Amino acid sequence: MTLVQFNTRNVLRALACAVVLAGTVAHAQTALDDILKTKVLKVAVQTDSAPYGFVGTDLKPIGLDIDMAHYIGKKMGVAVELVQVVSASRIPALQTRKADLVIATLGKNPEREKVIDFTAAYSPFFQAVFGPKNVSIKSFADLAGKTVGVTRGAMEDQELGKVAPASTDTKRFEDNNATIAAFAAGQVQFVALGASVAGNMMTKNPQLSSEYKLLLKESPNFIGIAKGEDKLKTKVNDILAEAKKSGELDTMAKKWLGRPAGDLPL
Amino acid sequence: MKIQLDFMAVLSEWPLLLTGVAWTLALTAASVVVGTLVGIACAWVRARGFGATRAPVWLQGVVGAYVELIRNTPFIVQLFFIFFGLPAAGFKLSAETASFIAMVVNLGAYATEIIRAGLEATPRGQMEAAHSLALSDRQTFVWVVLPPALKKVWPSLVSQITIVMLGSSVCGQISTQELSYAADLIQSRNFRSFEAFMVVGAIYLLLAITTRQLLNWAGAKFLFGRR
Repeated sequence: MTLVQFNTRNVLRALACAVVLAGTVAHAQTALDDILKTKVLKVAVQTDSAPYGFVGTDLKPIGLDIDMAHYIGKKMGVAVELVQVVSASRIPALQTRKADLVIATLGKNPEREKVIDFTAAYSPFFQAVFGPKNVSIKSFADLAGKTVGVTRGAMEDQELGKVAPASTDTKRFEDNNATIAAFAAGQVQFVALGASVAGNMMTKNPQLSSEYKLLLKESPNFIGIAKGEDKLKTKVNDILAEAKKSGELDTMAKKWLGRPAGDLPL
Repeated sequence: MKIQLDFMAVLSEWPLLLTGVAWTLALTAASVVVGTLVGIACAWVRARGFGATRAPVWLQGVVGAYVELIRNTPFIVQLFFIFFGLPAAGFKLSAETASFIAMVVNLGAYATEIIRAGLEATPRGQMEAAHSLALSDRQTFVWVVLPPALKKVWPSLVSQITIVMLGSSVCGQISTQELSYAADLIQSRNFRSFEAFMVVGAIYLLLAITTRQLLNWAGAKFLFGRR
């Protein structure tokens, strides 16, 4: 005779209950007070996604996300403690209160909105066409007859296929490194890349004197925040709104991405 | 896990596949003709034990270095060197030209050693007979030594040509639109990688067998058959 059967279904039910409980336990809205009391803002950042977050020559994290973290810390008048995370541990870092904010190229989608809150967008993330500074490209029509390198199967490949003229010679390569190598060797005139990859390429190869040309697709980054911390969220949103107005967001985007932040969604 | 195969997803991209087959065949055909000629020329330089005149020593050294260098490095490295490396020295080649040159250079080196084996197997008496008939060195090589030499090594040479044709599959890495490139592109679009590579594998098999039959027939007919 068994009272509780340890079959898969029961275990799953138990887990589901635990998840629901964890999700519904009302957190006291204390994050902002705690930060102001301890004078420390804990920010989760990534160090593997240049130029948003990567490791500088002195082995310290640098990048747009890190600049953003320090900017918010400065505006709040507190010290910033960086918590290094990887892509998959960004949201858990919030749920376990290891970090107050996640500033790590975090995109907003409905699944994530169920477990965490988002502030306004702070930086653009995009796929775009990049090319040499001395060639003028105003629209996709100008790509007619030009060779464009792209990584096979990447989002850029599909987006470029939709907008480029038929006479554009699209050269597809196996991975981002091969695409960049082909561009660096002059085998293709332009490249379509994700912003972080392209930013990295331009930082490491200044001799290419390449620049942002045309936008393929936008998917901006948001700051992640624990569910229900509305006071902290309002505070951060105020700081972001101010930064947007003062041009600070544009300055940061230009510094790291080579283009203005543009019109970011709230 | 039950696998559901959807070959139509791949076969509906037949224009891509057709382009791929065309490029693979064109690259192979061109590199076979030029590569075999390179092989014959280099084999003449390297071969010992026939003909009155020999190539100058420096030329033997150059050809020897070429053969050793190519036969002891991977094809994809040679290809990348030509496509990504040479532009730094000012030689910018299209992906297709780079693929063609890489295949010629590669086949040439292997063909050199294969054909040399055939040349060196020529009985001395045959050359003496040719000379006694007042044939020049060049006439002796072209009409007396080369045809039986090619006949002896033809199966090995055909094998090597097949290998080069199949090896052209890496040319897709530098965006040459050959058959493997088509497969990669199709599977990156519809994620039907299993089907894409099955279809392309079958096409390669067909191409290889056909090429082999064709070359066996053509060799006997045009190169060393009875005239």
